[in-house]
Amino acid sequence: MATSTTTFDIPALGHEEEKKPLTPGQLIWRRFRKHRMAVSGMISFGLLLLFIIGGSYFVSEERANAVSLTDRLSPPSEKYWMGTDSTGRDIFARMIYGGQISLFVGFTAVLLSVTLGTLIGGLAGFFGGWLDVILMRFTESMLSIPQLFLLIVLGKFIGRNIDTITILGKTFSGSVAIVILVIGFTSWMFLARIVRANVLSLKEMDYVSVSRSLGASNLRIFFSHLIPNTMGIIIVSTTLGLAGAILSEAYVSFLGLGIQPPTASWGNMLTAAQTFIQKGSWWMWVFPSMFIVATILSINLVGDGLRDAFDPRSTRHL
Amino acid sequence: MWSYIARRSIQALFTLLIITVLCFLLTRYSGDPLAQYAANPRMSAEDKAALRERLGLNAPLYVQYFKWLGLAAQGDLGQSFFSKQPVGEMIKQRLPNTMILMLTAEFFTVVFALLLGIISAVKQYSLADNLITSFSFVGFSMPIFFSALGLLLIFAVQFKEWGLPYLPTGAAVWDKSDPVEYIKNLILPVSALVFIQTAGYSRFVRTSILEVLGLDYIRTARAKGLTNRVVLYKHALRNAALPLVTIVGLDIPFLLGGAIVTESIFSWPGMGRLFWEYAQRSDYPVVLGILLIISIAVVVLTIVTDVLYTFIDPRIKLA
Repeated sequence: MATSTTTFDIPALGHEEEKKPLTPGQLIWRRFRKHRMAVSGMISFGLLLLFIIGGSYFVSEERANAVSLTDRLSPPSEKYWMGTDSTGRDIFARMIYGGQISLFVGFTAVLLSVTLGTLIGGLAGFFGGWLDVILMRFTESMLSIPQLFLLIVLGKFIGRNIDTITILGKTFSGSVAIVILVIGFTSWMFLARIVRANVLSLKEMDYVSVSRSLGASNLRIFFSHLIPNTMGIIIVSTTLGLAGAILSEAYVSFLGLGIQPPTASWGNMLTAAQTFIQKGSWWMWVFPSMFIVATILSINLVGDGLRDAFDPRSTRHL
Repeated sequence: MWSYIARRSIQALFTLLIITVLCFLLTRYSGDPLAQYAANPRMSAEDKAALRERLGLNAPLYVQYFKWLGLAAQGDLGQSFFSKQPVGEMIKQRLPNTMILMLTAEFFTVVFALLLGIISAVKQYSLADNLITSFSFVGFSMPIFFSALGLLLIFAVQFKEWGLPYLPTGAAVWDKSDPVEYIKNLILPVSALVFIQTAGYSRFVRTSILEVLGLDYIRTARAKGLTNRVVLYKHALRNAALPLVTIVGLDIPFLLGGAIVTESIFSWPGMGRLFWEYAQRSDYPVVLGILLIISIAVVVLTIVTDVLYTFIDPRIKLA
């Protein structure tokens, strides 16, 4: 897998004058740059971020949540660039603030699931024995339930126990925290399996035995040898996981279990679209969907490029 | 072989046991199943307490769990709090609808995926390949409600407005005696599913064919002077399709659960919608029953797929 010791077998480098050996990070960046699709994915993701973050300097959050019944269900116009929803809220403004929530949920949920996956997979692989058996059976059990079913059940389970919370002077309907927890808890399993497999093979390496014979503790071996050498896998999985988490948020919010209005999220904006699409309100569907697809697509492209960059031996899919 | 199956089965039982504990805890505490009586003026507080006691909702948790597990092991999944029907019956009513929807979708998915996958592998880096690859990337990044709502908007709503022949938006009235209506209702949800699923599958077929085409035996076949067509369909495709068997085998049990979102959008009376409706009511026997059936299917079919694979591909030996 992507260990930092395999960086010199790249043919392209052989022809060049070597001044200073490149760091693994630089090498990865070099390979990533060559991946045209991945670079365009990164650029479009950057533009999306610019829209979501920059947009909030021009459009206030009040505007995103302001109800105007006289303007309800109006198609895109000069006043409302993307039309309005069923209560007359400006969809353009809601795209900006909904995007912030969707991406915030995606990032934090992925952080949670990557932490869980790395710890569970790492511990199972490192200690083996009963711990391994129990943790892996648990992982397998979670994998045997379709994710959306798990999301719903877990959402209902946690949903009972959290009220509104206030972070940084902003009141979130407790739903934001719930959605983050639910997505984080239901998406760590694949990573756990990969990390476990990787740790299993790494721990037999000579440098680990050397480190151990020099008196390094388990904790030190785990965090300064095994985890850093698994980083490539973890980073790739985080990127692809981010796409998955944003999709999951859209799914649970679409079903009405996730982020609760008036707080906008790309997912819950589509819930209303489902009802009104039968009356021909296409703009309620088109804009949130487009942004979701564009976001997921660019993240997936970046993830694909990263995978090839971290592991030059993997077959190129593009 | 038999020892492998035996070992996997024991592991599977253990996994299933964990699943039942997990699901029981999650569903039992996902809300009050008797909430529907909360606003009932004819029921006094004592009545409610008595009902709770009679239904065994006050018993210690482990007693409730083992009681449920004992009955479930005998095939009795309990009774819905809301509809008062046995859960097994409710699932039996919905299962055929889900199977029709999902298997039809799976069938067309495999057909289209093979078609697109072959074209794009054989004509690698051509315009067609680039188009198909872009399609699969976009489709892969698309939530199902995107395709479902989009199709609904175009073929049901706009077509009606434009005076063209349009498709129904959902099976509001369920009538199996009218096959034409049934198929009409089937078209949109199936298309929505096929559109999304084909994206992932076709990419997979493409990679798999490209891998096989690079192997020595293909070069040998070409060297013998066989035509491209024979090499592709008789030699390459057979081996390239093998991994597809695994994917389909592992996907089928997940189809059992139905597509919650697709079924909700098109009012399709399948398992996914049953699950969603009763999960909202915290009617845990129904939710638990569906989860149990899906997980058994997943666990069993995983083993079956692994074993079957050794017959299809003799190169694989189970240890």
